Amino acid sequence: MNTLINGLCLGGIYALIALGYTMVYGIAKMLNFAHGDIIMVGAYAIFSTMALMGHAVPAIVVAVVVCTLLGLLTERVAYRPLRGASPLAVLITAIGVSYLLQSIAQLIYGSKSRAVSLGNFGSVELFNVSISISSLITLGLCLIIMVALTLFIKKTKVGCAMLAVSEDRAAAQLMGINVNGIITLTFAIGSALAAFASTFYLMQIPSVTPTLGSMPGIKAFTAAVIGGIGSIPGAMIGGILLGVIEKLALSIPALAPYTTAIEFGLLIIILLVKPTGLLGKKRREKV
Amino acid sequence: MNTQNKLPVEKKKIKAKYFINYVFVLALLIPFTVTGLSGSVKGSTSLLLTQIAYSMILAVSLNLVVGFLGELSLGHAGFMCVGAYIGGFFANYLHTIIDSKLIVLILSMLVGGIMAALFGLLIGLPTLRLKGDYLAIVTLAFGEIVRTVFMNQEIFGGAMGLSTQKYGKLLYIIALTVALVTVFVAQNLMRSKHGRAIQAIRDNEIAARAMGVNVTYYKLVVFVIAAFFAGIAGVIYAHNTTPVDYGFFSFNYSIEILVMVVLGGMGNISGSLIAATVLTFINVKLTTHLSGDFAALKFLIYALILILIVMWNNAPKLAVLRNRFNLRRLVDSMMKKIRKKHESAAQEPGSNVEWDRIPTKIPMDTILSTDITPDHSLDPEKPEKPEKGDKK
Amino acid sequence: MSEYMLETRNLGISFGGLKAAQDVNLKIKKNALYGLIGPNGAGKTTVFNLLTGVYRPTTGTFFLDGVELTGKSAIEINKRGIARTFQNIRLFSNMSVIDNVLVGMGNQSKCNLFESIFRLPRYWKTEKELRAKARELLRVFDLDDERRTMASNLPYGKQRKLEIARALATNPKLLLLDEPAAGMNPQETAELMETIRFVRDNFDMTVLLIEHDMSLVSGICDELMVLNFGTMLAQGSVDEVLSNPEVIKAYLGDD
Repeated sequence: MNTLINGLCLGGIYALIALGYTMVYGIAKMLNFAHGDIIMVGAYAIFSTMALMGHAVPAIVVAVVVCTLLGLLTERVAYRPLRGASPLAVLITAIGVSYLLQSIAQLIYGSKSRAVSLGNFGSVELFNVSISISSLITLGLCLIIMVALTLFIKKTKVGCAMLAVSEDRAAAQLMGINVNGIITLTFAIGSALAAFASTFYLMQIPSVTPTLGSMPGIKAFTAAVIGGIGSIPGAMIGGILLGVIEKLALSIPALAPYTTAIEFGLLIIILLVKPTGLLGKKRREKV
Repeated sequence: MNTQNKLPVEKKKIKAKYFINYVFVLALLIPFTVTGLSGSVKGSTSLLLTQIAYSMILAVSLNLVVGFLGELSLGHAGFMCVGAYIGGFFANYLHTIIDSKLIVLILSMLVGGIMAALFGLLIGLPTLRLKGDYLAIVTLAFGEIVRTVFMNQEIFGGAMGLSTQKYGKLLYIIALTVALVTVFVAQNLMRSKHGRAIQAIRDNEIAARAMGVNVTYYKLVVFVIAAFFAGIAGVIYAHNTTPVDYGFFSFNYSIEILVMVVLGGMGNISGSLIAATVLTFINVKLTTHLSGDFAALKFLIYALILILIVMWNNAPKLAVLRNRFNLRRLVDSMMKKIRKKHESAAQEPGSNVEWDRIPTKIPMDTILSTDITPDHSLDPEKPEKPEKGDKK
Repeated sequence: MSEYMLETRNLGISFGGLKAAQDVNLKIKKNALYGLIGPNGAGKTTVFNLLTGVYRPTTGTFFLDGVELTGKSAIEINKRGIARTFQNIRLFSNMSVIDNVLVGMGNQSKCNLFESIFRLPRYWKTEKELRAKARELLRVFDLDDERRTMASNLPYGKQRKLEIARALATNPKLLLLDEPAAGMNPQETAELMETIRFVRDNFDMTVLLIEHDMSLVSGICDELMVLNFGTMLAQGSVDEVLSNPEVIKAYLGDD
């Protein structure tokens, strides 16, 4: 039971990161490899602000601002000049950005892990199982953020414009939608979500290293692909599925060493059975 | 048949471009083999040469996938890992029955390479239908899976790593020879009908299909050949480093190989060879001088190489600048001038192709006499130019 | 063998609810030059995509020279003898002009992977033959001088020509040209017409082309077929079709 709650909690974090991937992939048609590293930057922003002010709330605010700005900056400097270039080029650049962020973080903060404590929230007894409050907060906030995002995309004008750009960029442009603006906004939202993800991550694992973002990043992308890239409910389902599987595998001693292999194996199997992921749509290249 | 209809015969030129690659490898192989056999090569030099050799093999083989086929594989270190563990393990076994180090080395390289190729087939068969970004992620996943699986097998030494035998200077001689073979295979493959098909897939998959190119087959061929050589590189690594360290085959190393390919130029074999040599050399020298967090500098440089070079080569807005400072085109135009002088000097008669059937050009007067305006006189009701309404 | 090079029977495809093409019945005689015309969005390119295996037809069948090819893959269809060009040029842009043509000729070389890598005699022999043939073909299109140029560096008109040359290189029985004259000036168009006619006569080819340029269509086509909203509107000789009131209505609207 506890494993399940932990899994859901980790799954929530994966889902948040996966949302960032899936939005950017759906709208800008690129795999933002550096998304995981934005989480890392968010975690360092929290670490630094905590060290200066000693309080969690301003730290989170700073993290959101820093991540959003960083998302905008990378989009503007690295990805926008390559709009219209081959996907291979964009992907390699994104990998480059990922490594750039990691190495800069390492040069500033060193490679040792730094402890960050967002405070101890204690735990509660529920159905005879003790559950840490931070898990509950994580899970609750993840759900709220996801619902808010879905509403934003479904109900607002900007959300509609996003959908339009993801369907057909050229047609959207002809309809007077500012495509560059929408893509920038997508990056901003994705990066802000990453900042929240780093907050929740630090609640679970209270230390930060320069490579903090890379594994969760790759796993969250895996989650997004499993759920069907470009689909918001897909990202949530994929994220939670992956989180639960990871915690379950870790709790079984015989499987524990193979956890990563199992998760990635799942990805390969799902792609083979349903190449568009669980909830993905099929796309046809126009001839 | 007039003389104008004769083509200048394509002369059998010795193409310097295709020999230069061998020269790069031989420039390392020959002098060091000579000094090696006369017994005066330092241990550290021998290690470095082996590292350069397997970097070359990895870079050239990854270039086949990324530069020529146009797919991104992020699991090259994974194939290397397969080769290292299987080849190393097999060599340890062979040692108990065969005395000759040379034979053990060659057999273990073959086995490691073939196993890696099998893995390439296994992973490629189902996944090569996936497009670009998906393939990148699946290969990345594959690399991580392979690493965790080998790491947890006790017969391969578990977390301690697999201990292997030392081969000394024999290893770098063999390793550089294998690099030579890699260049041979890569280059010959790409300069054949198969290579053209592969590059056609890179440039336009739909058109390639329409031209009858068997896309899946060729993707698989490239994937398997690249995996084979990565596996061999792994075996060489295993014999150069003991114990074999599973941590080495991480995603970071796949990226390091990718940096070599990008720096050397995608689809450029000489470039890969030079980049592999230079980066490996700098890497080895840097790690002895820099330690701790400054190792991050290395990745900072790698990151900048990836971003700046890819942007320079691909950003649509830089197209004008790019064409102005294009090294390859400069060389080409120079070559053209030289060739022109050459051709005008020696007009060779006697082409064996019959040209009677084909006119050089469609003569101008036929074009002018062609009636290109439709005859509307038969159709009085019809408006003057009905087709206009159809034009955009 | 069949009287017709290409015959389609009730060929059609629908995407979801949209019938992009339905009940297309084409009958194209051997060695003829046919034009497929129709307003924008009439489904002309869709028909080409059906005939070349890019899409699988949801209804109907089609035959090339009496052999059924319905449902075959693009690769298989090309092998059986249908080659095409694309409306939005799809050259192998980072390869040289001659290499573009040589890719098309790949099916005429029996040289296997092993022979290529180890440069066995057959490699040299086939390579030499193919190159000679490729240059012959390039000369027809007046591209031989530029054979070493990268395809993307060719001027627009020559890129269109190269696409035709590349399609011909696969040694097809039926050549499908998708708007070959799009974006060409009148002189280039006239030259292209001559080339197409030349190809038909000298390569023993059946040609089906989509074109908006009526001067080209009426100048060289033996017969025309008109598509509108995915259905066949008319088929017949050029004059017949162009004077058909239905056709005029489709083009100019109902007034």
